[in-house]
Amino acid sequence: MSAILECRNLTKKFGSKTALLDANLSIERGRIVGLLGPNGSGKTTLIKLANGLLTPTFGEILINGMTPGVETKKAVSYLPDQNYLPDWMKVEDIITFFSDFYDNFSSRKAYDMLSRLNIDKESRLKTLSKGTKEKVQLILVMSREADLYLLDEPIGGVDPAARDYILNTIISNYNENATVLISTHLIADVEKVLDDIIFINNGSIILTDTVDNIRENKGQSVDSLFREVFKC
Amino acid sequence: MEWTFSPDRPIYLQIVEQIKLKIISGEYPPGYRIESVRDLAEDAGVNPNTMQRAFSELEREGLVFTQRTSGRFITEDVNKIKELKDSMAIELISEFFKKMQEMGYSEAEILEFIESIVKE
Repeated sequence: MSAILECRNLTKKFGSKTALLDANLSIERGRIVGLLGPNGSGKTTLIKLANGLLTPTFGEILINGMTPGVETKKAVSYLPDQNYLPDWMKVEDIITFFSDFYDNFSSRKAYDMLSRLNIDKESRLKTLSKGTKEKVQLILVMSREADLYLLDEPIGGVDPAARDYILNTIISNYNENATVLISTHLIADVEKVLDDIIFINNGSIILTDTVDNIRENKGQSVDSLFREVFKC
Repeated sequence: MEWTFSPDRPIYLQIVEQIKLKIISGEYPPGYRIESVRDLAEDAGVNPNTMQRAFSELEREGLVFTQRTSGRFITEDVNKIKELKDSMAIELISEFFKKMQEMGYSEAEILEFIESIVKE
């Protein structure tokens, strides 16, 4: 089967600053992939390019073989690295909003997860803590039946217990034909759930491999390899 | 169920070992029907593909078999389980001997030690 996400010589410049340089990448279906790199390495740029929120300066990025656009947005469920939901809405309003907006959104799934996390659907967003808002956003994203989930820092702002729940949500909700791309620098937390990793630094992809291969060949965890590669 | 993973080895191999332990200890008796890969993966907090890989390995070794419609089971071949148990015991004892010899004990001394400890 063809790759779900492919980059060919993908380059993005902001003026004189190069955010992503000549990236070549092919991500298969049915994988959970970690996009790992220090702050400012180009993780968010890559994810925004995949969403069509940015356009390449050079090269191309393909989702399901298509350049990002209306068609690919049906297939991609995206968790941005910031909160974009209107504060005055109630949780249940947003769920209605999402189910109007996306064919592949399951309200039942969303309400299920909300109740497991003890989030009241009557609450207005502005009354929720930062971590709870993040949980709501992730629930919305994971309640869609998508081919590709792009999660930009999904666990950054939540406590360790919720982190475990969120990772479990990711494991239990994705289907065998879908791929989940998780960008993070909290590697130790996500390592157990990853199939593959992509190391990115200064806009360049410096390593792609499976987690099993890294552990087998190097006898160390991805976390300790990361610390070695990105030593300050 | 409690799962612990060390960071320096592939997780699927560690799952294989932990399941083997459950088989030889009888926690998973012969013919026992195992939970689904998805449930076990969630329980262990690992990727379902990793859990799947561990079970493919156990199937390859003949310790687990799949019945298309009804699920996945521990082998009913008790000899096979005995074999596994013995080979793990031998591995453990050889490891122990090796470490004791590194500490400078002779074989006779080690055996003497063991006997005196067993008597206590």
